[in-house]
Amino acid sequence: MTARAPLLHLDQRTVRKARKLAERAAAPVVELARTHTTTSVERAVLRLAGLTGADAEGIPWVNRLVDAVAADVGLEHGVALPVFDALASGEHADLATLAQKAAAGGAQFRLPAGVGHQRARRLAQRAVGAGIGRIDRARKDRDVMLRRLGDPPKPWIYLIVATGDIYEDIPQAQAAARAGADIIAVIRSTGQSLLDYVPEGATREGFAGTYATQENFRLMRAALDEVSRELGRYVRLTNDASGLCMPEIATLAGLERLDMMLNDCMYGIIFRDINPRRTFIDQRFSRQIHARAGIVINTGEDNYLTTADAVDAAHTVVVSQLLNERFGLEAGLQDWQLGLGHAFEINPALPEQFRLELAQAQLVRELFPHAPLKYMPPTKHMTGNVFFGYLLDAFFNLAGVLTNQEIILVGMMTEGIVTPFLSDRDLALENVRYVRDACAGLAEDFVPARGGFIAQRAAQVLAESVELLERIADEGLFTAIADGTFGITKRPADGGRGLDGVVVRADGYYNPAGALLEQAGPVGRPA
Amino acid sequence: MTEDAPRHVRPYGDTTGDGMIQLSFTLPVAPGPHAEAAAAAFAAKMGLDPAMVVHAKGVGERFTFFVVYGRSPVILDLDEVKVVEREFPLLTAKEINLKIRSRLKRRMVVVGATVGTDAHTVGLDAILNVKGFAGEKGLESYRELRVVNLGAQVDARDLVERAVSERADALLVSQVVTQRDAHLQHVREVADALTTGWPARQRRPKLLVGGPRFDPASAAALGADRVFAKGTTPREVASYLVHELPAGGPARRSR
Repeated sequence: MTARAPLLHLDQRTVRKARKLAERAAAPVVELARTHTTTSVERAVLRLAGLTGADAEGIPWVNRLVDAVAADVGLEHGVALPVFDALASGEHADLATLAQKAAAGGAQFRLPAGVGHQRARRLAQRAVGAGIGRIDRARKDRDVMLRRLGDPPKPWIYLIVATGDIYEDIPQAQAAARAGADIIAVIRSTGQSLLDYVPEGATREGFAGTYATQENFRLMRAALDEVSRELGRYVRLTNDASGLCMPEIATLAGLERLDMMLNDCMYGIIFRDINPRRTFIDQRFSRQIHARAGIVINTGEDNYLTTADAVDAAHTVVVSQLLNERFGLEAGLQDWQLGLGHAFEINPALPEQFRLELAQAQLVRELFPHAPLKYMPPTKHMTGNVFFGYLLDAFFNLAGVLTNQEIILVGMMTEGIVTPFLSDRDLALENVRYVRDACAGLAEDFVPARGGFIAQRAAQVLAESVELLERIADEGLFTAIADGTFGITKRPADGGRGLDGVVVRADGYYNPAGALLEQAGPVGRPA
Repeated sequence: MTEDAPRHVRPYGDTTGDGMIQLSFTLPVAPGPHAEAAAAAFAAKMGLDPAMVVHAKGVGERFTFFVVYGRSPVILDLDEVKVVEREFPLLTAKEINLKIRSRLKRRMVVVGATVGTDAHTVGLDAILNVKGFAGEKGLESYRELRVVNLGAQVDARDLVERAVSERADALLVSQVVTQRDAHLQHVREVADALTTGWPARQRRPKLLVGGPRFDPASAAALGADRVFAKGTTPREVASYLVHELPAGGPARRSR
């Protein structure tokens, strides 16, 4: 349904130029990611090898084991060789025992050579391969359910649930699905992105959200499977693969069959002050996992517009989308997995605001004809006037339907005022359903005048995007981020959290997951 | 208020004194005639007379949403209405940036940390990170503020040392998780470190303290300038900082 005839008559040479520039801007960053590893990437490797659980303080064994290896031999060769070498010695029953002993100082690590090296490598590959196998099986299970139950028609309705208590979230998510939600997003507790470990187990308290844990993922997916069978349509589950543990959370999502993950190339840098290098290295690994798991990523460009002006900064959204696309494809994601984000955030007091929004939404639609775009409702201009907010949400829904956006986040009239009431969610879904049904097929009548206001505005934003991309490609993406290009926030490449977890790979670095994933992923953009 | 404005008022629907209001709410009652009667009874108990349930809709099987119009018997004496004054006005981001620029002629420097044993940066980050809190962007998003976020478990003396080298205008100390009044002790340590470690010739930075366990009235006893309670938003903190700026020209700084 997405590959409709283009309406804006964009200059295709300019579009190609924009993609080339994005590729050039991304290249040095990809090179950085290929030559470095991080503590979280190494912990993800151990998670794939099946290590779970935490110590009495709640610190996961994967953290303890990676720290112990780092202290003995460093991480520049990867965690797999030293760990599986120690395991091969036969002194430790399994990974969990080894981790416990290592945490208590009762295990020594070395970098194996010769036969020991080969043996450790074989063992690591087998263990991590089993984890990848579990991700593959989860993907097959999803395909089977989609075939049996049917995939809901687009646009998919995306609804957020997050009480802080997973056992409270579950009935709310099931109720939301029954009321029409196609995608349930469980948003995380405030501040989880800054934790350098993934909490364990089912959790019942969070700050404005519920912790992302493997057990919470499993419980919610099982509950949605139940309601999917009841409703006869597959209800998708989303969470955040972001923050300091991005690679690990991506891995847990793959293992527990989450269907989509928020995974932006720059969100953590700009909004959470996470070190830029750490982010890009973690991101590449997490996207390789998402590619393998058949997970659709959602990018976070909508967030820029919560700080920057949606008209003046419209081109920064497009630039970020092109970069997210480039990084995503390079990591092995396919177009159907790129849920590029954008938002309806232009000031409603501005004359012709709706036309400007349509121009932007249609521009993004045409630039990425095969990507399932994620369209975000107004937040910045939602005031305490819930009546006007309801109207604005209806216009947002209309723009979404007219320009064939595929993932529509349900706007709440109480956005930014209170945690949505049960009734707010119901009213919001009524709003979406009305617009979707009343305007079904209206998209075919939406034909902006050639050379008219909408076409001109789209061309202008595209031209500004190319200009900015030229600067980024010349100066480097890290410089652009340090200069405050995105979300008007300056983030130097050496600043922020998590830089101490970044390690240059030595010759002979070995990551069995990376090796398996690199082989598999299709690289490059299809013609 | 003008001279001829009435002292006693009622809500205005379409006629002076009609007392008409509208409200919406949800009851955990299955939709049906019983639910509608329950809604009318609820509105009556709120004092609405008459109460008209104009809309009732089931939300799932166990809840019903209502819209009710009705006449409230409440008559308000405006002389009894007291405005609780914050000691500073709540400004918009634009006003805050403008005031800093015009009064300070440079960016204001804010250094933040959780001190002592507390590893929880939820509160600190809610105020400082761009992401912000309660729909408001954090202090980092203010063009005229330079934020240095030192994160968790910072030693009081290290915090003050860094504040000196950054030439801080304000220190933000957050304490979320605390045992046996450790949060009070930690703040006193910072206040003491400020007294001993701050160069005598420079204007002493404001010490702001925040967290759910602090008593807002305890600032002086702790050696702090202001305590912010649970639910404080970044804009409140920024408005306070601007309010506390010295009036007139820029602060003297030997650079």
